[in-house]
Amino acid sequence: MKYTAPTKQGYFGKYGGKFVPEILIPALEELEVAYEETQGDPEFQKEYHALLQEYVGRPTKLTFADRLTDHYGKAKIYLKREDLCHTGAHKINNAIGQILLAKKMGKKRIIAETGAGQHGVATATVCAKFGLECVVYMGAEDMERQKLNVERMKLLGTDVRPVSSGSKTLKDATNEAIRDWVTNVEDTFYIIGSVVGPHPYPMMTRNFHRVIGDETRRQLQEKEGRLPDYLMACVGGGSNAIGFFYPFIDDESVKMIGIEAAGLGSETDQTAATLTIGTPGILHGSLSYLLHSNEGQIQLAHSISAGLDYPGIGPEHAYLHDIKRVSYHGVTDDDAMAAVKRTSELEGIIPAIETAHALAHLETLMPSTKKDEVVVLNCSGRGDKDMTTIANYFS
Amino acid sequence: MIAQKNRLNNVFENRESNDKIMSLFLSSGYPDLESTVDLVLGFEENGADIIELGMPFSDPLADGPTIQFASNTAIENGITMSRIFEMVREIRKSSEIPIILMGYINPVYRYGVEKFCSDAHQAGVDGLIIPDAPLEESSIIAEEADKNDLSLIYLVAPNTTSERMRVIDERSDGFVYCVSVTGVTGARDGDEIAESVKRFIKRVNDNVTRNPKLVGFGIKSHKDALRISKELDGFIVGSALVENIRANYPEKGWKQKLYSFVKELKFGII
Repeated sequence: MKYTAPTKQGYFGKYGGKFVPEILIPALEELEVAYEETQGDPEFQKEYHALLQEYVGRPTKLTFADRLTDHYGKAKIYLKREDLCHTGAHKINNAIGQILLAKKMGKKRIIAETGAGQHGVATATVCAKFGLECVVYMGAEDMERQKLNVERMKLLGTDVRPVSSGSKTLKDATNEAIRDWVTNVEDTFYIIGSVVGPHPYPMMTRNFHRVIGDETRRQLQEKEGRLPDYLMACVGGGSNAIGFFYPFIDDESVKMIGIEAAGLGSETDQTAATLTIGTPGILHGSLSYLLHSNEGQIQLAHSISAGLDYPGIGPEHAYLHDIKRVSYHGVTDDDAMAAVKRTSELEGIIPAIETAHALAHLETLMPSTKKDEVVVLNCSGRGDKDMTTIANYFS
Repeated sequence: MIAQKNRLNNVFENRESNDKIMSLFLSSGYPDLESTVDLVLGFEENGADIIELGMPFSDPLADGPTIQFASNTAIENGITMSRIFEMVREIRKSSEIPIILMGYINPVYRYGVEKFCSDAHQAGVDGLIIPDAPLEESSIIAEEADKNDLSLIYLVAPNTTSERMRVIDERSDGFVYCVSVTGVTGARDGDEIAESVKRFIKRVNDNVTRNPKLVGFGIKSHKDALRISKELDGFIVGSALVENIRANYPEKGWKQKLYSFVKELKFGII
């Protein structure tokens, strides 16, 4: 059966929806209409793809990781090099798409939330490129651990606003961005950085990232003349993973693996492994899996990676988990950091700590693969931004 | 069963034509667990017509800093859904004031919508306001609320279209909550009612004809309240109460100061 999610109401199975205050309903409707129009608009598509090519540097390479492959001595490992995108991660694909929409809708002011700062930097970048005012909300704790990205955003002319409520991380930055949106809904466009939030965001963000999977399919066809056996990506909110997986969902032979941040371990309370230990609930506009108490209070997630430190997950992942199309596993802080080192030493690629979670799972996956199989891992971002955390960890 | 629902309807039916209905919001468990029942009874005694008991949530994304603070304090104090129901049962021993539970959908969903509605009804709750379950998502709770005679109160905002206001009026029960400005909750300064607010209220009156209408967001004095609810049935105050509590709690006489403020909100300076 062909995969068609979401429904017109924004549901992936029972997940998704539009759980927002009344004030945001007109904004979401306006957005849905504008987005729908761009789908059949060759001018919009042309501009989007031209920017991806000339500004982002797409298509990104599909690199054969020969030394990682030799290290495991099993299936061939390829890396989809989203780390080579302008600004250092996949996030810019979506930022470009959404800012074009904002421009089309005549919005003058852009807001965004950011965790690791990659989405913030991507948004700040496109705002500079298009000359729009930009405000980015960022948890005070994240500002500390991702200082470099804060400086980048400031240099790009963005107003970075520290958020000191709650856990001072991504979820609180998202709350604050939504509060800003509720207040300035008339002239403000909210560029959400992941496949979370109310409909149409999860669908729209997925579609702006599907270029990752589309390119992978074409490139692997050229190199190997076949489909991959495994696709693997890290999942926080889940945007890089869904963009990577989505074009392959109807290809039953392609096994897909999403890697969540287990923090100190899924069995501890210091974790961000939402699908592994969470239960369904509603946060930031959609129904999905959440880390929350029996009283429905959102729990603080923990991960060494600011980009995965979120107590929710995109509704489409919740659905793909339930229908077992994608299998999700947790990787701890320590295993991810070991993978940062291993990948740096073996491939000359310093991955983002987020990406390293997926790289770490190669340890578990590879022994069960066969030599004639192909694993493609989405190398979602580069680790430059994490150098302080990495240096501190290994010292 | 009908008798239950009438607690809320009666308030509006028995209203004298120039009297404004005053609905007061209080986060359950703020400033402490012990005071909530007392405060509700004190509010009633000093002029409140309806009570909105907040069900605190860790991530109140439609609320300003004041209600965020009250919610966080209540959660730290150990508020739970069962405690809220206990509080309502306690209030019902001596009061028939309409009680509405107001809060975000997640704690309700987590408790179990069916059990939540049934327990709320059993405790003596009259209605629900769930700001993040708009019309589009109301099916998550509408049927269970109806089964348990809980009025579902929807919000209309300045950017709600007239057509949508009519649908909201059709689907609402009890009253319609008019959000006077686009923004988060919180007391606001400003002497004049902007033209845009007047236009909004006119649009509300043209399109919401079946239900009574209360207006909220930003009201902090009797003068504010009268001015903004002039063409409506009444008003709602929340953040200004929290601010009053915050300024005086736990000093001696904080409750008295709060009750004077409540009285003043309803009747003006006497």
